[in-house]
Amino acid sequence: MAEPPVIQVEDLRKQYGSVQAVDGISFTIARGATCALLGGNGAGKTTTIAILLGLLLPTSGRIRILGEEMPRHQHRVLPRMNFSSPYVDLPQRLTVAENLTVYARLYGVPQVRERLATLGRDLDIDDFFQRLYGSLSAGQKTRVALAKALLNKPEILLLDEPTASLDPDTADRMRGILTDYQRRSGATLLLASHNMSEVERLCDQVIMLRAGRVVASGTPRELIHRYGRKDMEEVFLDIARGIQTGDVVE
Amino acid sequence: MNGLSLQRIGALALRYLYLLRRSWVRIVELAYWPTVQMILWGFITRYLAGHSDVLGQAAGLLLSGVLLWDILFRSQLGVSVVFFEELHARNLAQLFVSPLQPIELILALISISLVRTLIGVGVAVALALPFYGFNLFALGPPLAGFFLNLLLMGWTIGLLVSALVLRHGMGAESIAWAAIFALAPLCGIYYPIATLPGWLQPLAWALPASHVFEGMRAVLLNHTFRLDYFLYALLLNAGYLGLAIRVFLAAVRQAREHGSLLRSGE
Repeated sequence: MAEPPVIQVEDLRKQYGSVQAVDGISFTIARGATCALLGGNGAGKTTTIAILLGLLLPTSGRIRILGEEMPRHQHRVLPRMNFSSPYVDLPQRLTVAENLTVYARLYGVPQVRERLATLGRDLDIDDFFQRLYGSLSAGQKTRVALAKALLNKPEILLLDEPTASLDPDTADRMRGILTDYQRRSGATLLLASHNMSEVERLCDQVIMLRAGRVVASGTPRELIHRYGRKDMEEVFLDIARGIQTGDVVE
Repeated sequence: MNGLSLQRIGALALRYLYLLRRSWVRIVELAYWPTVQMILWGFITRYLAGHSDVLGQAAGLLLSGVLLWDILFRSQLGVSVVFFEELHARNLAQLFVSPLQPIELILALISISLVRTLIGVGVAVALALPFYGFNLFALGPPLAGFFLNLLLMGWTIGLLVSALVLRHGMGAESIAWAAIFALAPLCGIYYPIATLPGWLQPLAWALPASHVFEGMRAVLLNHTFRLDYFLYALLLNAGYLGLAIRVFLAAVRQAREHGSLLRSGE
């Protein structure tokens, strides 16, 4: 029997006053998949991720994560997930080591010191463990935020624009770290991104959003083929501009 | 509510202790105002003692009042200011996607508030002895009851102010400083509640702190511990704190509905 998807979203809606931020989206993500949530600004990516994390309550719809109903049973799910975003900070006036120690304890990580040493080595951040988080460069902060997201060895990792504002070298290293973690742990990755080459390289599933609706989904190769384009960048532009709607999901 | 985790509560307390350990300025800041207040009111007491029958009977009235008031004030700030630090640090979203439950956040805030109050008021209490020969512990065992009730009321106001800021944003931050001073005239810190106009007295008696300060005067002037004052204060605190916790949890839920946890710090 096939394993049930780790993320199941059914007819999800989120309305802020008269604005429909998410408008009846449904999708599933299989265990071990790396899925991209794509769309222009205001398409509903961040809202969807925030709902999956329990940061935002949906207006209606059903979500099951790791077999548990969200947000009702988020206390069972959240210890098995984690999240990283350049738009959410860590306390600036704590050192990197102190920040990671606090979050390791929040997630109930056993043998905190050993876990920090491993992450420090893997993400190459041990040199600035004793520096204040607020004194780090954007690239260093992103690596520390990723270390925080990997502290509890999450089964599901949600990433909101994981390489935004990073130079190409650091962005490439981040992608390498994520691929390596995914391969070693079998974790499921869901990322919102504007970087199409990143999506082509990392993802085996893509969900395209426009105005809060799913307008296309499939593997990057399928979408490129379906839209008759040479890469995901062009597919993205077509969909974002509504030139060609492909397989509109009602 | 699910099982509370002492480890998670301790983790947040640890976050604050890290800050405190590194910055001597923070420790000085905690003790600064209570000490200045104590010095000021010590001189006023010294001056008035020769001119007032009441202060002639119990010179410690004003100093006890100011130090007990600081317990209330510091415990309130201990909750609200530490919560604001999470907002300023844009750290709230990280906390709420972790397994930390809102009730654990509340328990962490009040644990930190206890530490901050003990440091802040403790220094002023310790210095009052060499400065004025005044020992707050001369109040005896009732002091423990006064301390408990003032802490509980401080936490109540701190949680209500935090809920307000969570609901209305950092623009409401100044209320954290102003809220408690609006109640001060009603608490009878330096004068009996009977001094207030009749129509204000029921409002004053609805505040736990009024019972504490009346109880303090009973100890200092009549050398009796009024159990009724203590129990009234405790009962009121139980009701108000329960309400404040509900209001804070409702504000968290509302923030989850409006998406303001993601935008905190702006």
